Amino acid sequence: MEIEIDGKMAQVPDGSTIMDAAQQVGAYIPHFCYHKKLSIAANCRMCLVQVEKAPKPLPACATPATNGMRVFTHSELAVKAQQGVMEFLLINHPLDCPICDQGGECQLQDLAVGYGNSASRFQEDKRVVFHKDVGPLISMQEMARCIHCTRCVRFGQEIAGVMELGMANRNMHAEIMTFVGRSIDSELSGNMIDLCPVGALTSKPFRYAARSWELGRRKSISPHDSIGANLTVQVKNGVVLRVLPRENEEVNECWISDKERFSYEALNSPARLTRPMVRVDGTLREVDWNSALDYVAHALKDIVATHGGESFAALSSPQATLEELYLLQKLTRGLGSGNVDFRPRRRDFSNDGQLGGIPWLGLRFSEIKDLDAALVVGSFLRKDHPLFAQRLRQLAKNWGQVSMLSVGGDDPLIDLHAQVTVSPADLPLALARVVKAAAQFQGETIPAGLDSVEADATSQAIARSLLERNKRAIFLGNAAEQSPQAAQLHALALELARLTGATCGFIGEAANSVGGHVAKALPTALNADEMFAQPRKAYILLGVEPELDCYNPQQAVAALKEAALVVMLTPFNDGAAREYADVLLPTTPFTETSGTFVNAEGRVQSFNGVVRPLGDARPGWKVLRVLGNLLALPGFDYDSSEQVRAEIVPAGEGFVGGLSNDLERGAWLLADAGEGLQRVTDVPIYFSDPLARRAPALQKTRDAVAPTARMNADTLAAIGVTDGVPVRVRQGTGEAVLTARFDETVPARCVRVAAGHPSTAALGAMFGAINVERA
Amino acid sequence: MAILGAINPMLSVGLDGDNAWRLADYVKRGGYVALRRILEQKLPQEYVINEVKKSVLRGRGGAGFPTGLKWSFMPRSFPGDKYVVCNSDEGEPGTFKDRDILRYNPHSVIEGMAIAAFAMGAVRGYNYIHGEVWEIYERFEEAIDEARAAGFLGADILGSGFNFDLFGHHGYGAYICGEETALLESIEGKKGQPRFKPPFPASFGLYGRPTTINNTETFASVPYIINLGGEHYLEAGKANNGGTKLFSVSGHVNRPGNYEIPLGTPFATLLEMAGGIRGGRKLKGCIPGGSSAPVVPAAAMMDCTMDYDSIAKAGSMLGSGAVIVMDETTCMVKALERLSFFYYEESCGQCTPCREGTSWLYKVVHRIEHGQGRPDDLDLLASVTGNIMGRTICALGDAASMPVQSFIKHYRDEFAYHIEQKKCLVPVDVQRAGSGFFTATV
Repeated sequence: MEIEIDGKMAQVPDGSTIMDAAQQVGAYIPHFCYHKKLSIAANCRMCLVQVEKAPKPLPACATPATNGMRVFTHSELAVKAQQGVMEFLLINHPLDCPICDQGGECQLQDLAVGYGNSASRFQEDKRVVFHKDVGPLISMQEMARCIHCTRCVRFGQEIAGVMELGMANRNMHAEIMTFVGRSIDSELSGNMIDLCPVGALTSKPFRYAARSWELGRRKSISPHDSIGANLTVQVKNGVVLRVLPRENEEVNECWISDKERFSYEALNSPARLTRPMVRVDGTLREVDWNSALDYVAHALKDIVATHGGESFAALSSPQATLEELYLLQKLTRGLGSGNVDFRPRRRDFSNDGQLGGIPWLGLRFSEIKDLDAALVVGSFLRKDHPLFAQRLRQLAKNWGQVSMLSVGGDDPLIDLHAQVTVSPADLPLALARVVKAAAQFQGETIPAGLDSVEADATSQAIARSLLERNKRAIFLGNAAEQSPQAAQLHALALELARLTGATCGFIGEAANSVGGHVAKALPTALNADEMFAQPRKAYILLGVEPELDCYNPQQAVAALKEAALVVMLTPFNDGAAREYADVLLPTTPFTETSGTFVNAEGRVQSFNGVVRPLGDARPGWKVLRVLGNLLALPGFDYDSSEQVRAEIVPAGEGFVGGLSNDLERGAWLLADAGEGLQRVTDVPIYFSDPLARRAPALQKTRDAVAPTARMNADTLAAIGVTDGVPVRVRQGTGEAVLTARFDETVPARCVRVAAGHPSTAALGAMFGAINVERA
Repeated sequence: MAILGAINPMLSVGLDGDNAWRLADYVKRGGYVALRRILEQKLPQEYVINEVKKSVLRGRGGAGFPTGLKWSFMPRSFPGDKYVVCNSDEGEPGTFKDRDILRYNPHSVIEGMAIAAFAMGAVRGYNYIHGEVWEIYERFEEAIDEARAAGFLGADILGSGFNFDLFGHHGYGAYICGEETALLESIEGKKGQPRFKPPFPASFGLYGRPTTINNTETFASVPYIINLGGEHYLEAGKANNGGTKLFSVSGHVNRPGNYEIPLGTPFATLLEMAGGIRGGRKLKGCIPGGSSAPVVPAAAMMDCTMDYDSIAKAGSMLGSGAVIVMDETTCMVKALERLSFFYYEESCGQCTPCREGTSWLYKVVHRIEHGQGRPDDLDLLASVTGNIMGRTICALGDAASMPVQSFIKHYRDEFAYHIEQKKCLVPVDVQRAGSGFFTATV
């Protein structure tokens, strides 16, 4: 189809609008309500253009292009219409640009320069709109500035999957608000701040911290989930003041989650560790770097000399950079130890020797939209992977069939094809049912061990969705990877993939869940669980907070307390670390170091530091490098993180190689769940990493309420408590007193207790037996 | 009975107030004969649409669009559900005819909708009834039950294999829900806000399915067209303006109410039927088609016949047939202020020019009326209405602008006097006397 815009010809596909065509030829049409990712509202009327033969100006965003159409975006008629709309937008808009937080980055301000008058013909009193309190992240303090473009409303309906904002009332009293008294709780809510073209929705943590033109804009990569969202980090005077999404259609599109947006507050937290500390006479004292590193080197040498290399273990967070992970494993192996791992939340490592390659997503993020069906196994999807969930949400909207098989019945806000919620111990059985259904549909022999498994109607529906359609995928989520039967789940998922022709992949727990494999930060001796189950003499912990980040914090902390030497490379000096750490080395968070994250699809994304390290903090790779030198280990002569990276991935490589989810020998053995209560553990979104835990605004959200003991009605009755009653929760030697909460979505004979919070740090394994009684 | 008079009536024939609305009465008047004939003789859909086309029945809701043509836009062979929707959201100030049709002759609407559904292959219908006439909604529900029990609605109607079911739906009184796409949104349970068109309801209507929306009176006229034949129906009116129409006469007349007259009847005749101007005073102006139609001054109005073309020639619209009569005691500024307030209040707030513009218009007219007018206010009003008209999602922006433009055009001196003298050209005691609420004589 051919259409002429301001004399330029554009070829556009059927179904395009004038706006699409104009963008193609580079003609700018002013607009407010139009956004390429949202549905067309055509309500701001700013994009009115002249169309040949049309008696009236037409909105470019909503008018379909027709063959041979001639459009004039800057004719007298068009500009007059645009100026008329601008006058209407401004009559009730406050003239407070000098004190408005949006000033300098405001679409209305910018366009008013082009289309507005210098004086107003409107002489009456302006509309006053009452402010609203909608939670700790979004400020709706100056709603009189709202121009009713409804981008925020449409974002909620279409992208976040939950309509938290709506336009109440009519005529000029129309206003954007939440349902009476409600707050905005979506984990994607911050994007509404970006979408708001004026200063109506602003960032509460950022308000009045700086003017937009004072901020330096630096590129970075999100250190949180496995998507690897691209960020623009904005800094002023060496301090990070704001984080915004950097558009990358193939990764995060133009969105980021609130965790990625507001975690930056932790970077400027008073809890930051700015000088090395060494325990002297039982108390941690600040020392200089030389003393601290000397101390560590000597102590390590002594312990290794006395007890052997295997008495030392190193554990990293999966959010460490590729370079840090690589140097940590190199250092560990240099000391003669094979005890290195980066997967603190795992329990089942039995597939470690069987992997056919580096486990990954199985496809690219950008391919998700082309899927016809998807099955997610074992995931608290929305909170674990907000942007991944968003992609599946769009898929479901476009008639893709998305099914969930998990241990928590949380609403993913996706129009699901089928949902099965079972206890953690039954998760392999639930997946096996789908495998069996698929085998039956395909007329294949029933895989070994599944003879007695009954495929129920839901399993058949899931299997059918994976069989009948064209492109399909199976995704294993965090809960599946953290399950004590992770290896079986992996093998069953592979079998299902084989039977159905779907791809199988892991969504990935954290920013470098693939990167850790690439860096070879994997054990050749004791893994992340065994290194605490069989206590070592000395530990190095890189960015990990064992009491909050480990599968079994009780076991980890017990081992650390007994160890002769615990060295922590951490940006923070608060928390339980002060009880067991012997040396705290201040390392820098992602904004103060260069490094690389390899996301779940294997995409290599390197970044530079955006500000100077705070105080005496140093990038982790530099600390490990110097430590390597002090220990006289070979191959620690790097000048830059790029040199380190060059040893791991070839320069210029966009994606890492060797990705495969195959298993050499996958096996499953379906066991009975056994008697007694089981624990279901989720890692709430704002408890999941050290940065989010220390971001004050995030900690005030509803997602950050202290853990409770959630049970369904039968379980509550069996224990003899009701909603709101305190209960004593016990695992092993540890216990916690929590409030019992009624939650119908929790599977039978299960208690859902969140991890990642000090109140539950004394408890044991994430999945397994748990004891609950009235407190 | 509020249908106070008629000339060659159809819709109001044999009505006896609240006593003759039931199914039995309607059947006695010849009701459901048209539907029965279509179904029993297996008349083709094209026949029905052609008859409606021949009748030149023009939409009675306001726009006057030829109904037969509208019906032919419906993709009849399109698979899946299609809908017919009756727009009984009669919110236009001055209009009160649909209320009386539903009150006194509800089965004519039901039969008309069933015929329309047959002609367009629809299986479901909704009648969206204005929220402020609750008893009408209840009566309509009762009438549906009667029709369903008698086999005129539901599955396999009259053994013909044709299925059609009809449901009443009441709004909550928002004027904007009378706009057809806002009405559809409201039926779907959403906030009543007009949709951007295209796509038009004929291709993407209720629940995204092809939908035809007609006014209550339009549907009610359909059985009479089928019974009379399209050509005879057309002859009952005048060329290009088929049939008879109900006119809601209000304002300064002695007998305000509904009158059914053939299209093309002189305005003077209608005025006479309504008992003439109250107190024997002189006509000052008339809004011939509901509050959104431009006002027509007395002399031009007296030359008009009541049909779409004649009124259009006089620079206004027949609209919904709401004739608002204003005599010489009327302050036109005050009248416009009240109209502007209505449109300001009823703007849905969705699109910018209407949301902001209607309130601006009201504020300016308000200050003129209250002695705060400024010399350039009339130019300002002209400019603001120009910026609203044709720039909005739906026609409410136009509807708010046309009264302002026409009042100023025809009564500019009154507005100018207000601005200069800070008071009314028509003395306040004269206005009061004219209102009928005060006893002073003119």
